[in-house]
Amino acid sequence: MATPDASAFDISYLDIISSRETSIHRLDPRAKLLTTLAFVVAVVSFDKYAVAGLVPFVIYPVVVIALADLPLGYLLKKVLLAAPFAFFIGVFNPFYDREILARLGPIAVSGGWLSFASIMIRFFLTVTAALLLISTTGLNGVCLALEKLGAPRAFVVQLLFLYRYLFVLGDEATRLTRARSLRSFGGRGMGIGVFGSLVGQLLLRTLDRARRIHLAMLCRGFDGEVRLLRPLRFAGMDLAYTLGWSALFLVMRLYDIPQRLGTVIMELLR
Amino acid sequence: MHMADALISPAVGGTMWAATAGLTIYSARKLKQEIDDSKVPLMGVLGAFVFAAQMINFTIPATGSSGHLGGGMILSILLGPHAAFLVMASILTVQALFFADGGLLALGCNIFNLGFFPCFVAYPLIYRKIVGETPTQSRILAGAMVSAVLGLQMGAFGVVLETLFSGVTELPFGTFVLLMQPIHLAIGIVEGLATALVVIFVWKARPEIVEMAGPSPALAAGSLRKVLVGFLLLAVITGGALSWFASTHPDGLEWSMFRTSGKEELEAPEHGVHSSLAEFQKKTAFLPDYDFKKDRAEKESNTEPKQEAAKSSPAEQWPAVSAGTSVAGIVGAGITMAVAGIIGFGLKRRQQNKS
Repeated sequence: MATPDASAFDISYLDIISSRETSIHRLDPRAKLLTTLAFVVAVVSFDKYAVAGLVPFVIYPVVVIALADLPLGYLLKKVLLAAPFAFFIGVFNPFYDREILARLGPIAVSGGWLSFASIMIRFFLTVTAALLLISTTGLNGVCLALEKLGAPRAFVVQLLFLYRYLFVLGDEATRLTRARSLRSFGGRGMGIGVFGSLVGQLLLRTLDRARRIHLAMLCRGFDGEVRLLRPLRFAGMDLAYTLGWSALFLVMRLYDIPQRLGTVIMELLR
Repeated sequence: MHMADALISPAVGGTMWAATAGLTIYSARKLKQEIDDSKVPLMGVLGAFVFAAQMINFTIPATGSSGHLGGGMILSILLGPHAAFLVMASILTVQALFFADGGLLALGCNIFNLGFFPCFVAYPLIYRKIVGETPTQSRILAGAMVSAVLGLQMGAFGVVLETLFSGVTELPFGTFVLLMQPIHLAIGIVEGLATALVVIFVWKARPEIVEMAGPSPALAAGSLRKVLVGFLLLAVITGGALSWFASTHPDGLEWSMFRTSGKEELEAPEHGVHSSLAEFQKKTAFLPDYDFKKDRAEKESNTEPKQEAAKSSPAEQWPAVSAGTSVAGIVGAGITMAVAGIIGFGLKRRQQNKS
């Protein structure tokens, strides 16, 4: 969340690419949610020194990005923006774990470097998976899937409301900060004193808005229960998608494909 | 402060998911009992408000950095703990999906760290105790500050524990704690101050809003104790079940590799790592018996044989021990990447031809 404009743009852009019409976008949200979870669990369950074994999992983002026609550069940029936390925790590994676990000719590679590489690959894969889910399904789709899979109704309704008003209040916050910076000279008024009243005002407006929304809902017959009327159909295609990917993840988890492939190739070469 | 998927193990992620799911269901049920349907839109819009408020920064004098409002405390003050927890959960879900903050498996950890501690611990046990029945400006200030700081400290400690239990990083417990807690002390003070200022502003303008949440009868000491005990049980059960699963399943794989490789070629390289580590541990560990030692023992007993076994299993047919397997791994990984790339490129071309 660097600048307000940029993050608001980000959300609406993801919203736009999530409403495309491709074979992936048309799948049932539940299929995509479950597949994403299976992917993440498979990736995370690897041993902490696993590096080569994780590589085949790249196939999932590659195929989904290609089939769903997603902008690769944009997604990569988003992944990199989120990288610092995993990087700063992972980068300590080479200092603490110095046992030599692998050799590349004359170069000895310590366990710390292996696990650091493993963390970064995991990070790349899991973050990409989350972004793929939202950019092929959209938040409304994810909410529906959550609801059908048994998440509490109050939580799902919450999420939908929040998402709906994110854009409205985001715009309002953008206007407030812009007005403040236009009136600020030499950094005056950017401190916490003005911040308190600025956000306080925004909060008061938000509360009034919530009251108006509630009245409007009452006018339309709201009785405390929000009904989501969007039929979902879990067709054979969706089942095939979920099971197919899950089976592939399982195979890739159980067999170190690159290691075997590499061994075979090296054998052929000599 | 968001945990990332890359740093947690499935057992930890699953346990925290179960705990968070339990808390979400509990909160949703409690909310239903209150049957105040004006809260439904209020919660959603306040969630969006927290996002919007985080876009507004203020400069912190003499540091050149900037701070913004934290979510959990102000939501608890305005909505009460149950509703606030649900709103925090939805905020973190949106952050995980749209901003790649954290991840899907780590979502349980994040909701727990940033939702449970402020809403169910810091708010009822600290803020309410300090502010009491009749709020005054100084009480609100003190209450918001102390509870925001302590809530965040607990959250940061949660991050440390979850990361260490996952065993993906090598950071020793003491170092990690010393890394996380002071940073979050600073963040907590700034957030607490911001929260206090906003609450005081609203309290002066419209006192009924701050008093509305009031001393909630739903969270009397007895019921809170029940929640905590129930939660603890849930965590222990799922944690036990999941770690059993984790230890039989993926480790079973390595165990079988170990068995098939036949012998234990333990060429454990002794570079004096252990002795220096042990010394280091004495200096750094707060709780010497706690995690690091276990980790070390585990490393000695499991990882080395496992790793060596894993690395040396193809070595039987192949003389150039680990150098060969590493090279094979890299060659194989490269080919896999290339194949994946070609598949993606091909699919893309087909897609374009179709349209």
